[in-house]
Amino acid sequence: MQFHKYDVVIVGAGGAGMRAAIEAGQRTRTAVLTKLYPTRSHTGAAQGGMCAALANVEEDNWEWHTFDTVKGGDYLTDQDAAEIMAKEAIDAVLDLEKMGLPFNRTPEGRIDQRRFGGHTRDHGKAAVRRSCYAADRTGHMILQTLYQNCVKHGIEFFNEFYVLDIALTDTPDGPVASGAIAYELATGEIHVFQAKSVVFATGGFGKVFKTTSNAHTLTGDGMGIYFRKGLPLEDMEFYQFHPTGLAGLGILLTEGARGEGAILRNESGERFMERYAPTIKDLAPRDIVARSMVLEVLEGRGAGPDKDYVYLDCTHLGAEVLETKLPDITEFARTYLGVDPVHEPVPVYPTAHYAMGGIPTNVHGEALRDNDTVIPGLYAAGEVACVSVHGANRLGTNSLLDINVFGRRAGIAAAEYAQGRNFVDLPENPAKLVEGMVNHLRTATGGERVADIRTALQQTMDANAAVYRTEDTLKQALTDVQALKERYGRIAVHDKGKRYNTDLLEAIELGFLLDLAEALVVTALARKESRGGHAREDYPNRDDTNFMRHSMAYKMLPEQEDPDAPLGLTGFTADIRLDYKPVVFTRYEPMERKY
Amino acid sequence: MTAVAENAHDTSQIPAPEGSVTITVKILRFNPELDTEPHWESYDVPALPTDRVLNLLFNIKNYVDGTLAFRRSCAHGICGSDAMQINGINRLACKVLVKDLLAKDGKRTTVTVAPIKGLPTMKDLYVDMEPFFEAYRAVKPYLIAYGNEPTRERIQSQADRERFDDTTKCILCAACTSSCPVYWADGSYFGPAAIVNAHRFIFDSRDEGSEERLDILNDAEGVWRCRTTFNCTDACPRGIQVTKAIQEVKRALLFKRV
Repeated sequence: MQFHKYDVVIVGAGGAGMRAAIEAGQRTRTAVLTKLYPTRSHTGAAQGGMCAALANVEEDNWEWHTFDTVKGGDYLTDQDAAEIMAKEAIDAVLDLEKMGLPFNRTPEGRIDQRRFGGHTRDHGKAAVRRSCYAADRTGHMILQTLYQNCVKHGIEFFNEFYVLDIALTDTPDGPVASGAIAYELATGEIHVFQAKSVVFATGGFGKVFKTTSNAHTLTGDGMGIYFRKGLPLEDMEFYQFHPTGLAGLGILLTEGARGEGAILRNESGERFMERYAPTIKDLAPRDIVARSMVLEVLEGRGAGPDKDYVYLDCTHLGAEVLETKLPDITEFARTYLGVDPVHEPVPVYPTAHYAMGGIPTNVHGEALRDNDTVIPGLYAAGEVACVSVHGANRLGTNSLLDINVFGRRAGIAAAEYAQGRNFVDLPENPAKLVEGMVNHLRTATGGERVADIRTALQQTMDANAAVYRTEDTLKQALTDVQALKERYGRIAVHDKGKRYNTDLLEAIELGFLLDLAEALVVTALARKESRGGHAREDYPNRDDTNFMRHSMAYKMLPEQEDPDAPLGLTGFTADIRLDYKPVVFTRYEPMERKY
Repeated sequence: MTAVAENAHDTSQIPAPEGSVTITVKILRFNPELDTEPHWESYDVPALPTDRVLNLLFNIKNYVDGTLAFRRSCAHGICGSDAMQINGINRLACKVLVKDLLAKDGKRTTVTVAPIKGLPTMKDLYVDMEPFFEAYRAVKPYLIAYGNEPTRERIQSQADRERFDDTTKCILCAACTSSCPVYWADGSYFGPAAIVNAHRFIFDSRDEGSEERLDILNDAEGVWRCRTTFNCTDACPRGIQVTKAIQEVKRALLFKRV
């Protein structure tokens, strides 16, 4: 076991982690622990843009952006946080430009902007050009630019280090962050990082689903670690399905395509979004478009031999727009479906995309252990966190914005917290849980295979907890997930070695996925209404009287009969306790959501 | 390297979907905990024409041998994790489809998979990426600008933005650098990817660090080592005109202007 000491430890090197690192690293001694080389992070797969009311191409202001974010989130958005994000968006984009990000330009040489789903002029009057972009590679450019600036500032990275636990030290005032425990992929060694503050920026958990735009690495490790400490996860039932995944594959095709004028059509060629969102049509928020697409298919108007997808029609955009503004998605359609968007409509269907929920934080990125108590020294930002700026449904581009605004805030807050303080003692034997997990898996001889359990999990989640849900489907999902957790207890990995043992890590990641799938399903069962990304066929309406509130899911920790049991692997019969947290309102009264 | 002396494996546990054909995947395996040197192993796996080579590796790892180690993340050609030699050519495993590898006239298809060359192999398809990133960092791959920052964005014309567009696409997968015969022979050469990333800034109208970067690339291990073999351009999964970018950097050095 190796021991390290840093003022600030950042876990994860996607957009949020590196934006935090640029701030923290210039203020105090900082280390970034990342399970991937930083440029492999999934921020790089984001395509369409980052919204900010720069008003470079038409009238716009941050208040309209705030309103759209709140309405887009089906009024579950915390309005104070949304206002901060929309205001700071402008500087966030300008900061990136000054760091070198190669945005597309207007004829005058300013940052160009384009339309995006749910972003409107003057509270819903028409679609507005708000998304700042670099072709359909905006996420790639953000990730590269942030990494470049980390290189410039000499940020210290520990690449291919998997953080599997955090150290929390008990004090009379409650738990305080004191470090993180990591597994080094190259050697199999365990490293304890003592730190004054810890920032979680580990991303989402899309791999609970089969059809997803998410990378194989998005297994919710940060949320899972937090949850297993008995700490709450907020709004886990709200999972976004991006409308335009390549049919059958889930590979993302940006909403920017519709921003540039592409149209969704059903089998007969009808522009069906005119029926569901008469004003902004194909540029309605993602939850509405995804539901509409599923309804078209369920009602028999789907396209293809099995009538199980719809079309994204880009043919009228012309080769030049596709090659210059949407080059990557054009290539994806050609490579993976053999369809050329210049000449043919592209088969698309909703794909699991983004967790609105996660580790509850305040607007400074400080992690909460209940509705409002901060865990000193612990921060979260990006998809792993729930501020909540996205409410029940995130608007397109607001994730790239979120990582920049709240990544920066968390980095500053973590550094300032660390600068004024001494190290807190680590808890006794801080690596115990990780050692237990790893040793258990290295020696386990059960008959269950990781791939079988993961496939079964993804199948039940796709079938029972995706765009539309009912009491029955969710109960089925819960039964399945719990049965899989039981099987997980009998798992064995093939690779018993130390070096680059990805077999062992996939087993650990699967454990996180199972925990998070259960949290999603339990909170979805309890929310007997339809709101944003959570659509219940049996409760089709929004119910503000009973459900205008965030859910807070706590894992009930097992009574610890055996203090030496490897917690992460045996605590699986635990129940989940639900609590609720009020939504923050400032300017906007909830209204019926029409587009 | 020829594929000889491989062992056969029981692959009956791999699910065989309707329409799949059996193909042989030969992988250059190496586990330094057990092996003294790399050796070929052979796996007969069911594959759909639409499968990516990455899917085949997953099936082998999941159902035949969990010790098989390879990097992967996004699985659609954006993250740059899974550069490897496929049938001897550097490709991303997630961007090569089985249908493009199938043997003609119904013969049995064999696909060989080996780690990229020029970087030390750590285990199976894992190579040590540190030397690669070290060369990248050495060219100052970030915007260098002096003077006061403007309040708003810097102004850049569409033509100036277009000038370096090609090299902004780099995903640092190392397919180009590890296809370069000069890099194989001399690991202290910066390699194509580092030069591509220098180009991205040298030709950015906002940047004022060209001279520093050109000085670095004028070094003995710099841009002049390039022998214009075009391997790098052929290998780039993003379609970057790598050799052209290197030539443009050479020209900037010769004529002292960008």
